[in-house]
Amino acid sequence: MTAGPRSPSRPAKGAPFDVERVRADFPLLSQKVAGGRPLVYLDNAATTQKPRQVIEAIARFYSEDNANIHRGVYDLCERATRLYEGARTTAQRFVGAADAREIVFVRGTTEGINLVAQSFCLPRLGAGDEVLVSAIEHHSNIVPWQLVCEARGARLRVIPMNARGELELDGLEALLGPRTRMLAVTHVSNALGTVTPVKEIVARAHARGVPVLVDGAQGAPHLAVAVRDLGCDFYTVSGHKVFGPTGVGFVYGRLEHLEAMPPYQGGGDMIRSVTFEHTTFAAPPARFEAGTPNIGGAIGLAASLEYLMRLDWDAVTTHEAELLAHATEALSGIPGLHIIGTAAEKVGVVSFVLDGAHAHDIGTIVDEDGVALRTGHHCAQPVMDALGVPATARASFAFYNTHAEVEALAAAVARVREVLG
Amino acid sequence: MAELRELYQQVILDHNKNPRHHRRLTDPSHSADGHNPLCGDRIHLDVKVDGGVIREIGFEGSGCAISTASASLMTSSVVGKTTAEAERLFDAFHAMVTDPAGPVDPTSLGKLAVFAGVRGFPARVKCANLPWHTLHSALSSEKGRASTE
Repeated sequence: MTAGPRSPSRPAKGAPFDVERVRADFPLLSQKVAGGRPLVYLDNAATTQKPRQVIEAIARFYSEDNANIHRGVYDLCERATRLYEGARTTAQRFVGAADAREIVFVRGTTEGINLVAQSFCLPRLGAGDEVLVSAIEHHSNIVPWQLVCEARGARLRVIPMNARGELELDGLEALLGPRTRMLAVTHVSNALGTVTPVKEIVARAHARGVPVLVDGAQGAPHLAVAVRDLGCDFYTVSGHKVFGPTGVGFVYGRLEHLEAMPPYQGGGDMIRSVTFEHTTFAAPPARFEAGTPNIGGAIGLAASLEYLMRLDWDAVTTHEAELLAHATEALSGIPGLHIIGTAAEKVGVVSFVLDGAHAHDIGTIVDEDGVALRTGHHCAQPVMDALGVPATARASFAFYNTHAEVEALAAAVARVREVLG
Repeated sequence: MAELRELYQQVILDHNKNPRHHRRLTDPSHSADGHNPLCGDRIHLDVKVDGGVIREIGFEGSGCAISTASASLMTSSVVGKTTAEAERLFDAFHAMVTDPAGPVDPTSLGKLAVFAGVRGFPARVKCANLPWHTLHSALSSEKGRASTE
């Protein structure tokens, strides 16, 4: 992992991670569920809970600062504009971008990938060209590329994975052919937790002149992101996966690319001048932010990014690694349980199957003990097909999870076969 | 929250472990594939209809305990019935699992009444309904495809 821009604002180094102090920031986590049991929220790869700093920032914006941005001349409008553009600067710091104009606010990672596929990739793509993705992608980093490939008669090719859920990079040079126009790869697999060697992939793709998009939906919540160190051309982040609100996220894109790209959607705020004969477009990032954006969402997202940048990431990383090791050991001890995805480099995601119990039944049964797991194919059907499982149960951790919650998970899963008889 | 034991009743657990009519037919008159894209459940259903009566039925697939038991109990319930009777049974079953306040009529539903517990688990209603949608699809056309979505 690369030391990122989260480092400068860290508190005292070397202190152990105070998980209870962090949990106190997340109002939802203290609730009791049916039977008076504490909620054990282990579906963080689907969405994360929000600290009060985020909830308060959104409430404060709508209570005190709400106005539409960019066009008004009154003070309230300027305040809202400052907050929105300040959120962009916060996102810039979070990923270590050189320039705030390299941050485009979107609805989330899915829209970010679609934006890059349509505005960056499609115009460069001809019949017989190729786009490269990996075998461990979420559907949202497959389908947008399929759409542009189909539109241009191009071909989608796939970097394979091994049985542990790691990418097989031996054949990467062979896949990076003269027709490869784009490579899109996830930073972290949502279904398996695998951390991909993004920096190496970028270097090898760039050596062949191939631009790279990194899907950061699952990377940004766990890893320090330093886009200039990774070297990628685009990096996408979803607000709700990084303890911020739903419906907002951002794309980092290298300025030279953004400046050369045509608009993604047409509308207000993305133009320089409009007549019925001709429209000229604004410079990035406004060119890609048609219409009134999710202003409150961006401000809430900035609050979550500030929250993350204040954490001691050495301590967070150690805590998350300990949770993963604990969960892996505790679940492995359950007879008939098989962990799916055993990459050497993993974040806190444990996908598993249990002999004689379908994932869906596991999810329902552990819910009675207050344990919230995700079950199904995790929007990664090709991963499930490659590993020969129709579905898995998945526990995904955030820094606010505890070792007591790992114990609760293991105890609940151990009871599943008892219930199913 | 609803009680887990109302969902996983003994009859359901038994049919999950030992599903009845769990086979392919060699000469079905009607077949269909059912799929629940949310959880990945898949079912293949073969039916042999003769003179408007379901003479033989068999299913295969991978699914959760609820969908497997539902397929097993459904096949057991409709064999020997007319296709019209089977469709009426589907209507009664569908009404039972989707209407939390609706009455459960054991006289029309027979053993299928054990699925009343599904009503307390809205996320699992599709699991119970998948085999029935697939049967409906099979009876409606010779090459059917059912989906819960």
